[in-house]
Amino acid sequence: MCLAVPARIVELHNSTATISVEGALREVDVSLINEPRLGDFVLIHAGFAIHRWEQSEIEELEAIRAATDLREAIT
Amino acid sequence: MKTLVQNIEALSQRVGRDVKLMEVCGTHTMAAFRSGLRQLLPGCVHLVSGPGCPVCVTDPSYLDAAIDLCGRPGVIVATFGDLVRVPGTDSSLERERAAGASVRIVYSPSDALILARECPSKQVVFLGVGFETTVPTVAWAIWRAARDDLKNFSVLCAHKTMPRAMDALVRDKAINIDGFICPGHVSVITGAHIYRFICERYRIPCVVSGFEAWDILKSIELLLRQLAEGRAQVENEYSRSVSEHGNAAAQRLMNEVFEPCDTAWRGIGMIEGSGLAIREQYAGFDAVKVLGVQFPKAHVNPLCNCGSVLRGVASPLDCQLFGRPCSPAHPIGPCMVSGEGVCAAYYKYERIAA
Repeated sequence: MCLAVPARIVELHNSTATISVEGALREVDVSLINEPRLGDFVLIHAGFAIHRWEQSEIEELEAIRAATDLREAIT
Repeated sequence: MKTLVQNIEALSQRVGRDVKLMEVCGTHTMAAFRSGLRQLLPGCVHLVSGPGCPVCVTDPSYLDAAIDLCGRPGVIVATFGDLVRVPGTDSSLERERAAGASVRIVYSPSDALILARECPSKQVVFLGVGFETTVPTVAWAIWRAARDDLKNFSVLCAHKTMPRAMDALVRDKAINIDGFICPGHVSVITGAHIYRFICERYRIPCVVSGFEAWDILKSIELLLRQLAEGRAQVENEYSRSVSEHGNAAAQRLMNEVFEPCDTAWRGIGMIEGSGLAIREQYAGFDAVKVLGVQFPKAHVNPLCNCGSVLRGVASPLDCQLFGRPCSPAHPIGPCMVSGEGVCAAYYKYERIAA
């Protein structure tokens, strides 16, 4: 239930934002994060942005995903 | 990845005994099973699942109360999808819905608020189940309903918080935990500092973990290193999302709307101060007060072992109901229903191996 997914803000109107998760669009509330901006990468849970990721943090996730090949670990 | 697995192997040898690491987040449970990383761990490192699935730890009497509510005229029950298939004493929300009761699955508490605006002649009751990750979103809905003077929205609250439950698990001598993989998204809200007392009081290491397979393996490595070096600290592996003190705006909203209360956890029992109740100031949005909800004692199948599974003292494979008759298609206990339940994870990923 504590699932949260990263998404990019593609539209912003006061405390409501449209986010894109791999191309799927959805409206969320962004009042729980400080000064949301268009293009921000945010963590979404139950229709709310609960954290904003900085660029370095997105890069960390991308590096982790690139390194996550369990087949390599057993060969 | 290979280095990580090799480090885990080497550190487990340095520790030199069997080690029991508990994750207390259903999303970690599923990530660990789905990725297959459990198969990469040395035999002496045991990954056990704790009470990290909010649906699974919800007291069955709460479900009976929700089932009773959805049959009342003029009431619409709005809920996250996880809850609808969990069996109560005689029925489930899903079964009641099939028979015509008003049960709506929503993605967000804000959707329940929209539903209340669209149906002014109905009382929309949102089922408030979840840990610290979810609580601010429900707090927001209540706060917003109060601000907009919405009279037909209320919450049946069964929210729970993690630290006291972890404290109860540590005190349970039957469990014997060597380290905690702490819940990542709970910690986004609360901050990593909330686990410090576990290290200081009980000398048990804690690592806040992300949800990629790499994150979980890294967290296991960090826990084993602490054990090998005789340290007990809170380490934050998920620093890309979790800070020391968490999301202040979300915490303010939580504290504005909710206050701590004693609550019963399925499988563990009553834990002092581990629940959240709606503050008196927002009593007009508390379904218990608005609709006079009762919580009669529920009856559960006495053979269901979910209670022991949730404490990490039994494996789903130990349960005589597991697989037949209890399966995701015909669940008997909540751990088989929820997409994050331990029994559902074992059924999906470990049944053949068993």
